Amino acid sequence: MLSPPLETSTRDTDVTGAPDSEQRQEFTLRDCALIELATGIKAQNLRELHSGLGQAPSTSIYHHFWGRLLRPQFDEPEYNNDLASWVYHALHDKTLAERLSILSPTDFDDLELLRELIIELVEERLEETEGIAWAHADNMFHFQKAQIVVFDTGMRFDSPSDLVHQFDSLSLGSIYYHFIDARSRTESHCDDFSAWLEGFGDEHINLIQKLCGMDPYFSSLGEIRRCVSDILKIYFDEVNRGKLD
Amino acid sequence: MENWTEEQLRQILNGYRKIVGQVAIHQLEQLVEPLRGSKVVHVNSTREGGGVAEILHKLIPLKRALGIDARWEIVEGNEKFYECTKGFHNALQGNKVDLSDGLLRAYEQTNAENAERLRDVLNDADYVFIHDPQPALLLQHFPDRKGKWVWRFHIDAGHPYRPVWKYLRSFVADYNASVFSMPQFAQPLPHPQYIIAPSIDPLSDKNCALPQEEIDSVRQRFGINPDLPMILQVSRYDRFKDPLGVIEAYRLAKKLTPLQLVLAGGGASDDPEGQMVLDEVNAVAKDDPDIHVLLLPPDAHRTINALQRLADIVLQKSLREGFGLTVSEAMWKGRPVIGGDTGGIRLQVIDHYTGFLVRTPEGAALRTRYLLHRDDLCHEMGERARRFVGENYLITRHLREYLTMMLSLDESSPERIEVWKGSLADAR
Repeated sequence: MLSPPLETSTRDTDVTGAPDSEQRQEFTLRDCALIELATGIKAQNLRELHSGLGQAPSTSIYHHFWGRLLRPQFDEPEYNNDLASWVYHALHDKTLAERLSILSPTDFDDLELLRELIIELVEERLEETEGIAWAHADNMFHFQKAQIVVFDTGMRFDSPSDLVHQFDSLSLGSIYYHFIDARSRTESHCDDFSAWLEGFGDEHINLIQKLCGMDPYFSSLGEIRRCVSDILKIYFDEVNRGKLD
Repeated sequence: MENWTEEQLRQILNGYRKIVGQVAIHQLEQLVEPLRGSKVVHVNSTREGGGVAEILHKLIPLKRALGIDARWEIVEGNEKFYECTKGFHNALQGNKVDLSDGLLRAYEQTNAENAERLRDVLNDADYVFIHDPQPALLLQHFPDRKGKWVWRFHIDAGHPYRPVWKYLRSFVADYNASVFSMPQFAQPLPHPQYIIAPSIDPLSDKNCALPQEEIDSVRQRFGINPDLPMILQVSRYDRFKDPLGVIEAYRLAKKLTPLQLVLAGGGASDDPEGQMVLDEVNAVAKDDPDIHVLLLPPDAHRTINALQRLADIVLQKSLREGFGLTVSEAMWKGRPVIGGDTGGIRLQVIDHYTGFLVRTPEGAALRTRYLLHRDDLCHEMGERARRFVGENYLITRHLREYLTMMLSLDESSPERIEVWKGSLADAR
C-alpha cells in the first residue's frame, strides 16, 4: 500500500469521515491544513538531488508530490511535482523534468518504490549528461515535509444525495482531506466518500466505481471538486430519473 | 502592556470573523481548545518600528481573544547592544561583518541582565517565542524553564556570514523548535524547523478601509500631485531595502513616463544605521520636486495606509528581504507590487500575476512604465493581489500555524494533529 505520510502512527480516532458500524449513515465532513517543516536537506545540482533523495524521510517524498495541491498557486503548474518543477526551472533540464513529471504516486503501493524509481531516473540522467547543471545559489531544492492538522467542519450528512447540494461549496482543505489524505487512511486507498458509500452495501456501487476511477494526481483541488461534483450530479440525476421511470 | 476588556476581545474576534469568515475562526477555536489558559510570552527588542513589532501588536490581542494568556516582553539594551545586533542582522543577510569581542560581550551581558528582569515571567511560561537574534541568548539563562522555547527568525538568512552564524548557532541549537519564513532561510539545527510566513492584520490602522477625505488630506499634507501617477516604496531607511535603487528606477521610468515617487519610512529603535541611509537618500533626491522623502513616526500607520491607497504601483525593491510585510499591505489594498526577486517577496509577488519580480533598477523601471501604460492590467493584477493576500497572508492563517506548531511540540506523533470540539479530549 501507499504508506501514509506519517513517521509514527496516527491516533485511534475516527478521522476518516467514514462512519463506524453503529453510525454508518452519517458522514462527518472534515477540513485540514498543512504546516511545512524544513528537513535541512538541500540540493544545488543533480548529484546533490540524488543524495538528498536517498536521505529524505518518506514524508518528504510524499509532500513534494501531494503538498503542492494546498500551496498558493495561480496557474496550472507545468510539472506535477516539486522535483520535476525544480529540475526544469532551476536546472533547465527539460528531459528529466518530463520523466519525473509523469510519475504518479497513485501508481505505487509503497512510497519507497516511488523513491527508488525517482533515484533511478536521476541516476540515468546523470549517466546521459556530461556536465552537471547547477542551480543559482538562491534557487536550491529544499526537501521539506509537512504536518497535517485536521478540523471538524461541524457538517454531517445522513444521505449521499445531501452531498450533491453542498459539494461545490466545500473548502479545498476538505477536498484534500477526503480525497488525497484519505488514500493513505482508507482500506481501499481511495477516498472517504467511497468508503462511506460502501456502508450502504451495493446501493451505490456504480458511484463508488466512478469515484475510485478518478486519478486525483494530475488535477488541482478545485478541479477534483468540480469533477466529483459533476459525477455526483449526473449519478443522482440518473437515480432520480430511474425512480420516476 | 495593554489590557483588553472581555467585550473588546469579543469585538476583536468578531472583526476578524467578518473578514476571514466563520470557518477560519472556528478552526482557530478548535486549535486553541487544548491550549486554553496557556501562558505564552513573545520576546523581541522593540515595541515600535519594523514588521515584528507590528505583528505582535495584533497577535497578542488575537491570542487573548481566543483564551490564551499571551503577553509581550522586550529586551532593553544600550548603544553597543544595538550596534552588535544590527551587525548580526547585516551578517546574517550575507554581509561580511566582523564583530569585536567588546560588542559580543555587550550582547551577552544585555541578555544576562534581561534574563534577570524577566526571570519569573519566562520561567513560568508554557511557551516562549524569542524573535530574532537580539534576545536569543535568554534561553541559556533559564536552565529550569518549564515551557517550550521557540526561536522565531524573521530575516533572510539563506546565506549568512558564517562566523556570525556559527556564534549564534551555538545558542539557538538548544531551543525546542525554530521558525523561518521560507525553507531557503532554514539552517541545519538539531530541532524541528517550521516554515511559517508572517502576515498582515486586515483590521489594523495600517490596513483597514479609510474614508476618502482622510486619503485626500494625506495627499495634501505631503504635497503629492494629484495629476501625476505615483509610485511608492514604504520601508525603513536600510541599504537592504535599496532606496537608492528605487530612485534610479524612478529616474529611468520618468524619462518617458511622467510620474512622482514617494519614499516613506521611519526608523526602528533597534536600527542605528537608519539616519545614515536617510541622509544618503536626501542627498540624491534633493533636486527633484517629484521625489517625496518622508520620515514618518512609528505610529503613522494610517498615513502609510493612505499612501498605499494613493499609489498607482507599490515598489519593494529589496536586495534581501525576510518577508516584506509592506508587499502584502499594498496587495491587500489592490495594488500590484514590483518587488525585488529575493526572499519572502517571492512568496507574495507571483511574477506576472500579482506584480513583477525584478533584479535591477532597470527592471523596476521597465515594469513601472509597462503598468502605468496598461491601466487594465494594473487593475487586474491588483485585484488578484488582494485575493491572494486574503487567502494566504492574513494574521488568522499565521496564528493557525503557530497554534498547530504549539500543539505539535507537545505531541508524540506530531505528523497528524486532529482537533475538533466534543471529541477533542479523547483525541488528545
